[in-house]
Amino acid sequence: MSILQVERLSIAFGGVRAIDDVTLSVPRACVFSIIGPNGAGKTTLFNLISGVYRPAAGRVLLDGVDVSGFAPDRLARRGLSRTFQNLQIFFRLSALENVMVGRNRHETTNVIQDLLHLPAVRRQNRATREAALAALARVGLEADADKPAGSLPYGAMKRLEIARALASEPQVLLLDEPAAGCNPVETGELDEIIRAIVREGVTIVLVEHDMRLVMNISDRIHVLANGRTLTEGSAAEVRSNPAVVEAYLGTHNARGRAVA
Amino acid sequence: MARLIDSRYTPLVAVVFVALALPLIFPSPFYYRIGALVFIFALAVIGLNLLMGFAGQVSLGHAGFLGIGAYAVAIGPTHLGLPSWFCIFAGAGASALVAYVVGQPILRLKGHYLAVATLGFGLMIAIVLTNEAGWTGGPDGMSVPRLVLFGWPVHGSKAWYWVAAGTLAVGVALALNLIDSPSGRALQAIHDSEVAALVLGVRVARKKLGVFVISAVYASVAGSYLALLNGHITPDLAGFMRSIELVAMVVLGGMGSIFGSLVGAGVLVVLPQALTGFHDYEHMALGLIVMGFMILLRRGIVPTLGAALAGRAP
Amino acid sequence: MAEFLQFLFSGLTVGAVYALVALGFTLIYNASGIINFAQGEFVMLGGMTTVFLALAGVPLPLAAVLAVVAAVAIGLLLHRFAIEPARGADTVTLIMITIGASIFLRGAAQVVFDKRFHSLPHLFGTDPLRIGGAAILPQSLVVLAGATVIVVLLWVFIDRTLFGKAVIATAANRLAARLVGINTGHMIGFSFAISAAIGALAGILVTPITLTSYDVGTLLALKGFAAAMLGGMGYALGAVVGGLLLGLLEAFSAGYLSSKYKDVVAFLVILAVFFVMPQGLLGRAKVERV
Ligand SMILES: Nc1ncnc2c1ncn2[C@@H]1O[C@H](COP(=O)(O)OP(=O)(O)O)[C@@H](O)[C@H]1O
Ligand SMILES: [Mg+2]
Repeated sequence: MSILQVERLSIAFGGVRAIDDVTLSVPRACVFSIIGPNGAGKTTLFNLISGVYRPAAGRVLLDGVDVSGFAPDRLARRGLSRTFQNLQIFFRLSALENVMVGRNRHETTNVIQDLLHLPAVRRQNRATREAALAALARVGLEADADKPAGSLPYGAMKRLEIARALASEPQVLLLDEPAAGCNPVETGELDEIIRAIVREGVTIVLVEHDMRLVMNISDRIHVLANGRTLTEGSAAEVRSNPAVVEAYLGTHNARGRAVA
Repeated sequence: MARLIDSRYTPLVAVVFVALALPLIFPSPFYYRIGALVFIFALAVIGLNLLMGFAGQVSLGHAGFLGIGAYAVAIGPTHLGLPSWFCIFAGAGASALVAYVVGQPILRLKGHYLAVATLGFGLMIAIVLTNEAGWTGGPDGMSVPRLVLFGWPVHGSKAWYWVAAGTLAVGVALALNLIDSPSGRALQAIHDSEVAALVLGVRVARKKLGVFVISAVYASVAGSYLALLNGHITPDLAGFMRSIELVAMVVLGGMGSIFGSLVGAGVLVVLPQALTGFHDYEHMALGLIVMGFMILLRRGIVPTLGAALAGRAP
Repeated sequence: MAEFLQFLFSGLTVGAVYALVALGFTLIYNASGIINFAQGEFVMLGGMTTVFLALAGVPLPLAAVLAVVAAVAIGLLLHRFAIEPARGADTVTLIMITIGASIFLRGAAQVVFDKRFHSLPHLFGTDPLRIGGAAILPQSLVVLAGATVIVVLLWVFIDRTLFGKAVIATAANRLAARLVGINTGHMIGFSFAISAAIGALAGILVTPITLTSYDVGTLLALKGFAAAMLGGMGYALGAVVGGLLLGLLEAFSAGYLSSKYKDVVAFLVILAVFFVMPQGLLGRAKVERV
């Protein structure tokens, strides 16, 4: 059975139907990509799936359970996490502390224990720290652990968000344009990082404009345009679909031309 | 970096050191009173800083909790015959309860809405304290019986200086503990990005409520001490100006800096004392200080100094 | 019925003042995104300056004009020396700056004027008019008429002049307004001036009924702000509706429930509105972008 299902999901802002009757089904432990021109509704779809927005209609099922309308933290505790297209870094904290926040749902001390700094808290802090360092290492940022998160280069912040989400040990991880602002080398590293995550059984839902990355890595690709599903298929199928080429060229999206 | 000054437990060491050293340079016993006032306000300000500086939630009504703590040690012994020490705890408990109940709806608001809601909450407490004259003495206030601890009556500035210093040290230690804990990291995360904290599974509403309750308890204890130190209280203690004074102390010293809270409380308690001859100008001065700092030294004294020191270090 | 009418009129009278304060908030908020907590001080300055100029022998109409001019000047100074230098600061910083300004103005008023309550003569005397058994002060009608005139003038100005169009453009999208050549800094300064004038006028109109003193500004600011949020932050019509509603709410809870706790009742109702419709009564619901 698929790990994540979206059924006839819709939301509108004012008159704009940002997501309009979208249905899709994501198999377990694969890379499922969502592409489409700017404004197609990709980020909005992520916001709906992760509980940041409430759908006007339709359902979201996570591991077979209807989670429509669940708050994001509740979804996160059920194993769904994400990164953001517009970075949401904790600027006040170091890179390591950012990732430590990702461990929050696994931390068991209560606020009274925290105030008193009981031995349980000390143990907890150590365990959290180790897990966070491991997560940082998975994205190649272990050397930057103690730097203020805000001082990292853009591409590193994108990866920091991935590490942070990984630290929460999700079953499903939504990545919103992780390669934006990355040079070709970094994009290559990202490819490796994503593959490693999937090998561990995590399902990746990827929104990305870098078509080389998408075509290389995706098991399935879902194409959105104007909030609606255009088509879905394997990389080869999507690449050869004239409607997809037209949707991209119609918006004069330079990166999109790589599709053709 | 700010860490140079504000590294873990340095503020605690500073409090202990300052508390022990100050009496050596006090020219007269009057100064014990000012010292006690600084410590008591610092306690409330640290609590508020946990809420504002770390969790990023404004409260323009925190003096309401000062008021609850203060009236607890006035009403409890006078009307109910309860011992004062017990009433300090009872007041803290009442403040925690009020914060817990009021915080659930109010903390769902953000930005300006939160500011107005908390401001309104503070005013409501002040209105209740003014109107329920049978219990509170109304606008003229009421006198506060002395605290007796283990048969030892705590009175005089000197005694309160040491009680306040000890309590402040505990307050500082607890705050520092909290910051370096799962809860503390979660709060700072909420400050920067609530949505990112949420998608990582942080129970944002619960964390905010928790720190609101904690900050209420800090303020309540400070309120009880103020009442006991002064021997008389009026609803002004819970009023808007007091709330603003607390916030001003937080931002003056530096949001998110425990050490800054001590400095902020020190400056704003000592300054009016230095200006006693100009009592009429007190509000003008406070207004100017708040505006000036917000415009010129937005980050507050301690973080700015910390950055300057770090900049000079190799 | 007479009682009901009585409450209705007193509610509308204070409500009109809240509406004007709320309107002042809205103007500044739309131009700059700033909530000006010193808005209530303009009301205080209008009333107090008029009172003291009149006491000094200045004829009342001239005193009133001078008071408005003084308030506008202070509004402009506030903008120039406190708001402008803090451009780009975060919400808490801006809140604290305007609160600092409010405390400063209050402290200054206490020094320049005094700490007592003052009144102004009623424009048409104090003989109440009898309407349906209720006794209505003529000055109440003056306040209502004055508020109506101010609202209409403001509306005409914004709707019919090029300058007004620039105000609307700035409110809709500050960046876009700058790109088409509107000096948004001037717009913000201008909004402070107009808000100060409106506040001062409200203070002059209502002082004969409610009295004034150096410290009336805080509560007025809170209520004007609450009214603006009740109606829907950023909507001029919302400010007027919110102000009148708040006034009525207070008058009726004072009349039928408890005069001591009228503010508490009003506040609780407003909180309830925030939770049920965070966008206010007339505002449009928005989803925060991520
Ligand atoms: N919170 C919101 N309020 C109003 N409109 C929104 C909001 N979020 C998204 N939209 C609109 O929905 C459409 C889809 O946007 P988005 O999902 O960001 O596209 P993509 O990520 O595919 O580039 C756009 O027209 C955008 O303006
Ligand atoms: Mg997007």
